[in-house]
Amino acid sequence: MRAPAPAWAADLNGETIETVRATLGAALLDAVEQVGEIALYVERTAIVDALTKLRDTPGLEYQQLMEIAGVDYPDRPERFEVVYCLLSLTRNHRLHVHVSTDDVKPVPSVTGIWPVAGWLEREVYDMYGVLFTGNADLRRILTDYGFRGHPQRKDFPLSGFVEMRYSEEAKRVIYEPVKLAQDFRNFDFQSPWEGAAYVLPGDEKGMLPEAKGAPTPLKADDIAKADAARTPTQAPRAGSEPYAKNDTSGTANTGAGERDPGNAREDKPKDSDVVPTKGGGQNQ
Amino acid sequence: MSQDTHVAPATHSVDPYVDELMHVTSPAHPTEGDVTIQNYTINFGPQHPAAHGVLRLVMELDGEIIERIDPHVGLLHRGTEKLIEYKTYAQAIPYFDRLDYCSPACMEHTFVLAIEKLLDIEVPLRAQYLRVFFAELTRISNHMLNLGSHVMDVGAMTPNLWMFEIREDCYGFLERATGARMHHNYFRPGGVHQDVPLKLLTDIADWLDTRLPRLFEDAISLVADNRIFKQRNVDIATVSREDAIAWGFSGPMIRAAGIPWDLRKSQPYDVYDRMEFDVPVGTRGDCYDRFMVRVEEVRQSARIMKQCLRDMPEGPIASTDRKVVPPKRAEMKQSMEALIHHFKLYTEGYHVPAGEVYVATESPKGEFGVFLVADGSNKPYRCKIRPTAFSHLQAMDFMSRGHMLADTTAILGAMDIVFGECDR
Repeated sequence: MRAPAPAWAADLNGETIETVRATLGAALLDAVEQVGEIALYVERTAIVDALTKLRDTPGLEYQQLMEIAGVDYPDRPERFEVVYCLLSLTRNHRLHVHVSTDDVKPVPSVTGIWPVAGWLEREVYDMYGVLFTGNADLRRILTDYGFRGHPQRKDFPLSGFVEMRYSEEAKRVIYEPVKLAQDFRNFDFQSPWEGAAYVLPGDEKGMLPEAKGAPTPLKADDIAKADAARTPTQAPRAGSEPYAKNDTSGTANTGAGERDPGNAREDKPKDSDVVPTKGGGQNQ
Repeated sequence: MSQDTHVAPATHSVDPYVDELMHVTSPAHPTEGDVTIQNYTINFGPQHPAAHGVLRLVMELDGEIIERIDPHVGLLHRGTEKLIEYKTYAQAIPYFDRLDYCSPACMEHTFVLAIEKLLDIEVPLRAQYLRVFFAELTRISNHMLNLGSHVMDVGAMTPNLWMFEIREDCYGFLERATGARMHHNYFRPGGVHQDVPLKLLTDIADWLDTRLPRLFEDAISLVADNRIFKQRNVDIATVSREDAIAWGFSGPMIRAAGIPWDLRKSQPYDVYDRMEFDVPVGTRGDCYDRFMVRVEEVRQSARIMKQCLRDMPEGPIASTDRKVVPPKRAEMKQSMEALIHHFKLYTEGYHVPAGEVYVATESPKGEFGVFLVADGSNKPYRCKIRPTAFSHLQAMDFMSRGHMLADTTAILGAMDIVFGECDR
């Protein structure tokens, strides 16, 4: 470790994992050491028992619960992870214990082991909607009185759904749906050299089966041009059949063509900065 | 009411309820009709000068004795953690200044150390010294605000004014170093943003030798042995060692309870392992101990700063890893590569390798931690901030029980709560 991060006794990591494996047994799903920190993955129903053992077993002695963090992984079958960050004052060691759950399966509360967990669980409930059985006071804590939704979920828009202002007509503070003067701009920083998830215009040529310069087995018509769909070939504005123009009474035969329609609204370029998202651009 | 209703046994003239209202008693039921006093609930804050911000306490009182306190927090919730998930790592640093706005540099320190741990980059020695130096200056300025407002909450005026003088000096120095009085954005992954001029260091050295001890010791001498101050603080809200551990206390709160636990000492980061300083501990765990622990911490911070000034080497102030630390402007005028690096770092930012770390430092208020989940992109996947105030304020209920209403301000003042950090 070259970075000057807090130097707790990370050299105890190896023996700690050994002791934890022996102590927790089947309740321990996995123990990972990453970036010098131990992450324990524990069965949800066994969390109270596991944390009690982590606190009381000699050689582990994690006396303090410093933090309970929620994390949202929407792609997982159990989308939420609840992370308990423990600290041992006597061994000068830290580790975090992970439990996975979703929005209906409750996690047993650890308020019986550490009273400090009361507010920490309230916060996870407020932010993610994770339920804790046994917490006597599972109210919202950080959000407004009467707030709806769980704002730290990944599918909750950054702007929220309602905004608040003082209404001179109603003589009170009122809530209204969020109106943004400008769409939220979510830039795509995924470098095309590092493997973007989508195909950039022109990249489909590289997916042809033959090496560069080799004659392709495809006919010319088979090769779809990148922007073929977007720029349909326009029909000529005036017929060019009678080359000899002998009648100039109408425009049809002079080759002068029709008037250019000018800049119509639909011909204007769309704002390339705004990538429309699932919510139609209003959110995120 | 006729006279004979008092003389005669309870008459039930109209209705027992009416008898009770008119205090009609009978020998059989001597307490019948007595006035009963019920507990009542009062609302403290959110707009109250002693609430140190936007704290709302719903207090249940029995006369003047506190039976129960339900703190309502979150009135300053700004969604910092959510916002950080939508910002690059460099853009997220200014949000940390706005958490505990009384000690912004210490907030940045934690986040920067967490990023550095994931990136695993080296930090030059001078940058580490500068970070420790300004973190300690911030600690002094934070304690000036807390000690001053604590003594003012319990009735003294003068020390607060003198300590605000010191705090103003600190802000002056921080402005000269970083360009901003409060929201510095000075600590960066890999070092600090810019070097400090020598004159600033000599000015701070003079200040540490003359003005700080004179003003500070004068102010403290007014309250430390003051009879009224002791009456208001000694044996108020005592916390045992077991409670301090179970309620997740840290910083001056756990030290006042008698546990010598200081992250700068036990889990040193940057150059704290080279520093010589003492960790003050309390003996009784009351408000007076918490006050005096902070007083001693100010002296120790000055001691650390002097050691920094003595030992700070010359050299670079940021890592030379150009994929993380942007080049200097002069370099950009000459080098195309520097220009490209600058552009990439200020648009896309740097990508932090995937991983999960919990990094905690000793902020002036206690253990301030960041649980950072990186997914390999240029933005944090999750940045959970561990505020010190959450565990301390939660303990307010059991600490205040049985004390008088007027003790609330002393208890709250000795906790050192700032709501920017508590509510995030």
